[in-house]
Amino acid sequence: MSQPITETVSSREDPSEEPLLQIRDLQVGFETQRGMVPAVRGVDLTLYVGQTLAIVGESGSGKTTTAQSIIDLLPGTGKVTGGQILFEGRDLTTLSAREIQAVRGNEIGYVPQDPMSNLNPVWNIGFQVEEAIKANNIAQGKDARLRTIQVLQEAGLSDAADRLKQYPHQFSGGMRQRVLIGIGLSSRPKLLIADEPTSALDVTVQRQILDHLATLTRDYGTSVLFITHDLGLAAERAEQLVVMYQGKVVESGPSQEILANPMHPYTQRLVAAAPSLASRRIQSVRHRDPEKAQIFSEGSLDDALIARAAERESAAPATDLISVQNVSKLYRIRKQGFKHDDLLAVNDVSFGVQRGTTTAIVGESGSGKSTVAKLILQLEGITSGKIEFDGQDVAALKGPELLKFRRRVQPVFQDPYGSLDPQYSVGNTIAEPLLAHKVGTAKERQARVRELLDQVSLPSATRYRYPSELSGGQRQRIAIARALALKPDVLVLDEAVSALDVLVQGQILNLLTELQTELGLTYLFITHDLAVVRLVADNVCVMQKGKIVEAATTDEVFDNPRELYTQELLAAIPGGDFEFGR
Amino acid sequence: MLWYTGKRILQMIPVFFGATFLIYFMVFSLPGDPIAALYGDRPPAPGVIEVIRAEYNLDKPFIVQYFLYIIGLFQGDFGTTYSGRPVSDVMAQAFPITARLAILALLFEAVAGILIGLIAGLRKGKLFDASALVVSLLLISVPTFVVGFVLQLVFGVQLGWARTTVSGDAPWGELVLPAIVLASVSFAYIVRLTRASVSDNLSADFVRTATAKGLSRNRVVRVHVLRNSLVPVVTFLGVDLGALMVGAIVTEGIFNINGVGGTVYRAVTLGEGPTVVSFIAVMVIIFVIANLLVDLLYAALDPRIRYAK
Repeated sequence: MSQPITETVSSREDPSEEPLLQIRDLQVGFETQRGMVPAVRGVDLTLYVGQTLAIVGESGSGKTTTAQSIIDLLPGTGKVTGGQILFEGRDLTTLSAREIQAVRGNEIGYVPQDPMSNLNPVWNIGFQVEEAIKANNIAQGKDARLRTIQVLQEAGLSDAADRLKQYPHQFSGGMRQRVLIGIGLSSRPKLLIADEPTSALDVTVQRQILDHLATLTRDYGTSVLFITHDLGLAAERAEQLVVMYQGKVVESGPSQEILANPMHPYTQRLVAAAPSLASRRIQSVRHRDPEKAQIFSEGSLDDALIARAAERESAAPATDLISVQNVSKLYRIRKQGFKHDDLLAVNDVSFGVQRGTTTAIVGESGSGKSTVAKLILQLEGITSGKIEFDGQDVAALKGPELLKFRRRVQPVFQDPYGSLDPQYSVGNTIAEPLLAHKVGTAKERQARVRELLDQVSLPSATRYRYPSELSGGQRQRIAIARALALKPDVLVLDEAVSALDVLVQGQILNLLTELQTELGLTYLFITHDLAVVRLVADNVCVMQKGKIVEAATTDEVFDNPRELYTQELLAAIPGGDFEFGR
Repeated sequence: MLWYTGKRILQMIPVFFGATFLIYFMVFSLPGDPIAALYGDRPPAPGVIEVIRAEYNLDKPFIVQYFLYIIGLFQGDFGTTYSGRPVSDVMAQAFPITARLAILALLFEAVAGILIGLIAGLRKGKLFDASALVVSLLLISVPTFVVGFVLQLVFGVQLGWARTTVSGDAPWGELVLPAIVLASVSFAYIVRLTRASVSDNLSADFVRTATAKGLSRNRVVRVHVLRNSLVPVVTFLGVDLGALMVGAIVTEGIFNINGVGGTVYRAVTLGEGPTVVSFIAVMVIIFVIANLLVDLLYAALDPRIRYAK
């Protein structure tokens, strides 16, 4: 009797027996007017039953295209031009439209990237889940409704029954992502493709959702194909790793092994650029040395740090350049009729920023960190308290004095796509603040533009180009150049690197550190990403619900977080305690 | 929603007074004496003109004329034309005809326009799409009367499928061809609007997710593409209802239809204040109600739009 049982068990357990998904030499191209442009150029990967595999790479590496080609979701003119996608031995690339439709949802589930745009805004949540259940013939009629509630409850929406009639815009991002995970798993598929399922969410929400997803897929025995640009997340969540670069697989194998000992130069760069809790503050040396200005975690630059610290101590008196004293900001939210709700976005916040240092304000979205930035920039008036800049009360500034203050404190915003005028050439964009403050002649301004482009490491010919022709990293460099145009003392960086890929993020952080050393800049760094904080900040203020719950030096906060909330934030960072190979 | 509807209906009051006052003022300011014009080259017996002027209150100042007209209006008296016929009679004759014409035109442009726009959007870049674009561009750029004469010639004269002119009481069947002519420009716009909207929505993330759920192509298009694409089209249709009433002048001329357009045109040339204002007042009310309906339909199509106050 025991014989057949062991046989079935072994055939299931032994991965070498039957791969669930096997991709062989996959080629995908997009048809353009200039012919076929290849996006995926020969991808091989194998995923066994019950396993989790992550495809890692920067945007444009072909990771999403690979995932989409599995269930024929390629956008527009995309086409599989070669290779095989074997799912349980069946080549999915040869199936007819009707056959692949039967595989979608039923056997292979899909969780998309952006919860904001992936639910149809005009249908209620219940309808959109029930539709998937009915289409895959899991249940019909009244049973489908019951199953819908069950699916949503399993996905972590405990009050699902009451919320079926609500629309996507009434749900938060995290809740929408739960709905999408519910839809993806509604028919207990054998394989779940999760395309950056949490990259649009806060770290704490991300952790909850990924934990939940892991539990569900383990319970159902579902294999998971993760697509991510986040190495920490990949290291933590997947057993197997496939690293993609320019449409090709450059390295694959067990995750921990690859990250601890990356072989391919690209993987090495990716690992080196990944901010993690194990890394340390980037230090840039005073004399410009591109070799040494790379991100280091070793103590090789500690000498420079000590020298710089000593220099700072002796040169500047220990007064704060920016001093925020008991500042509060109250918003009135209009409700129906004349009623209104008060929202205390910033509640009795005090901190100081010393000249030439970087202070990071960290918190989840809604914690009030961006409001603090707006208050310091004088883009919003404060309700109570006082903000002093270089000894002056900022709120009292008017006319020419306010203009002078604005020259000295410059912002850089999160979205490099939205903060540059698409109709303005790069040169005009950078020269605009100079023009607004009537600095120099046209010729001098042009010279300054070239100098600034050089400072942010862009060729001077860039000034004739337009934002749409540049990459996200290049645009953020231009935003920084624009902020530097007036030779400010302070840069307020509101999530300035959050929208960028790890590699580009690393470059921009390097650039910022270099500029700080060169120009003696003071940074106020607003971010939700603690790993980035570790790399750039001297001091950290952790904000929660409008209050500063913890403020200390970066090392103190990371090594000995006092508050429970800070500990939770630290614990939520994917791969936070994982040692990356260097 | 009730609140919102009520508020919108209350808003119609100032719109009504504003529109009638402006129109009355403009007709009053037209040069020439309408009564003298009635008699053409042969002047009437002296004193007759004064009597007629007094009868129509034309001897009183403008503002008094306007108030007398409004007071009459609230008593159900729309005034009389200079030929002695009650304006209400003229309206009862003209409005049903134009209403039938406008409804047929609206139906045609909505059904055919959305259908062709949808197919073109789904087959972007293919032959059907290209032809739809060329035809719609043609309809937009060629004047309505040319389209009217061509259709009249082809369907009325050569094929004999429809009558070239419409009889006095204008039954539904005879109005089909004029309605198509009247709708032609709007039809072209709707085709283009629907096509653009459909092709935008086709590449939306939620459509990809719907496909990934395992839904059939048919259902994805019907449920997730079409409804989302209709929002801008519905807005256009609402605004167009007003345009159909006004634009009917040319079409009514071509097919010799005794509708609102022709009547208003004649009344303007004769300087008949009460007739013009009465017609315009009714049209303004229709226009405002149509816009209200569009806004309510808009909310029904897109749940993100809610009229709280």
